[in-house]
Amino acid sequence: MQILIFISVVCLILSLAVDQRKTFEGIKRGAGMFMNLLPALLTVLILVSVFLYLVPDKTIIKLLGAKSGVIGVAIAAAVGSIALIPAFIAFPLAKILLVKGVSYTVVAVFITTLIMVGVLTLPIEFKYFGKKAAIMRNVLSFFGAIIVGLLIGLFL
Amino acid sequence: MNHKNILKDYFWVILFAIFIIGSLSLSFDPGQKIYANFSQFFLEMITFLPLMFLLVGLFDVWTPKEKIEKHIGHESGIGGTLWVILLATLQAGPLYGAFPVAYMLSHKGASVRNIFIYLGVFSAMKIPMLTFEIGFLGLKFTLLRTLFTLPIFIIIGIIMEKYVGRDFKVRSGTGR
Repeated sequence: MQILIFISVVCLILSLAVDQRKTFEGIKRGAGMFMNLLPALLTVLILVSVFLYLVPDKTIIKLLGAKSGVIGVAIAAAVGSIALIPAFIAFPLAKILLVKGVSYTVVAVFITTLIMVGVLTLPIEFKYFGKKAAIMRNVLSFFGAIIVGLLIGLFL
Repeated sequence: MNHKNILKDYFWVILFAIFIIGSLSLSFDPGQKIYANFSQFFLEMITFLPLMFLLVGLFDVWTPKEKIEKHIGHESGIGGTLWVILLATLQAGPLYGAFPVAYMLSHKGASVRNIFIYLGVFSAMKIPMLTFEIGFLGLKFTLLRTLFTLPIFIIIGIIMEKYVGRDFKVRSGTGR
């Protein structure tokens, strides 16, 4: 985060120093894109907040801890694809699962689907990529994530 | 944008705001907990996304299309792919922050393949996230995941280019 602030400030100062008019044009374009995205973004944040309330960490641990084998992997893939959990919650959660004895395969499938597939963020993705491309990207990522998860399970 | 559109765009946001104000004044527990979640995500979003858009806006006015096209466009080959991988690993934040960047790259002539590789690598191989992952799940897990994931994203990029066509352009996010 500090790096992003630093880079932004440096770029802004450099840009202002070279050409003020161009800089304001750039800021205007950036702000316009941000304002366009804002309603969809807030709606997704609301969805995620409600989701995390309905399905708290404890429920996820219970869901993923209960079953192993094919059913465990299927549950992990489903939860990982739908859930939108920030990395700073997801990795500690995965660690807890491993300590509880959940297999590496299940944890890996959960983490990879969580990272690569975003069902709740689809409304935002539609706005940029259209329905066709966004759905295809998520479907391919879903299968990719399962392959990666299973491979990690083979090696660990 | 007229008032009718604003009302339509922010329909759920307004409904949610009413729900939260009601919950807070009536001490309705689920509402308070949902609000706590929301404010955490909102803070995360509002601290980084405006900066991201500032950089995208500046990038837009300063980079000539021909340069981007040459380095990561359709004729750029493996070198172009390496460039987008490098760019994506150096970033941070949730995936929705990568969409405006993807739009900008597409708008400046990046190839469809490279756009989707960029998105994949951004989602799964950002260095700030990897350091966090190593801390919790270990170096071996993280390395294996990264090694297996990268070729998958390159394959996804190639399939996506075939599927949507080489002329596909990412939209500006207005959806209209």
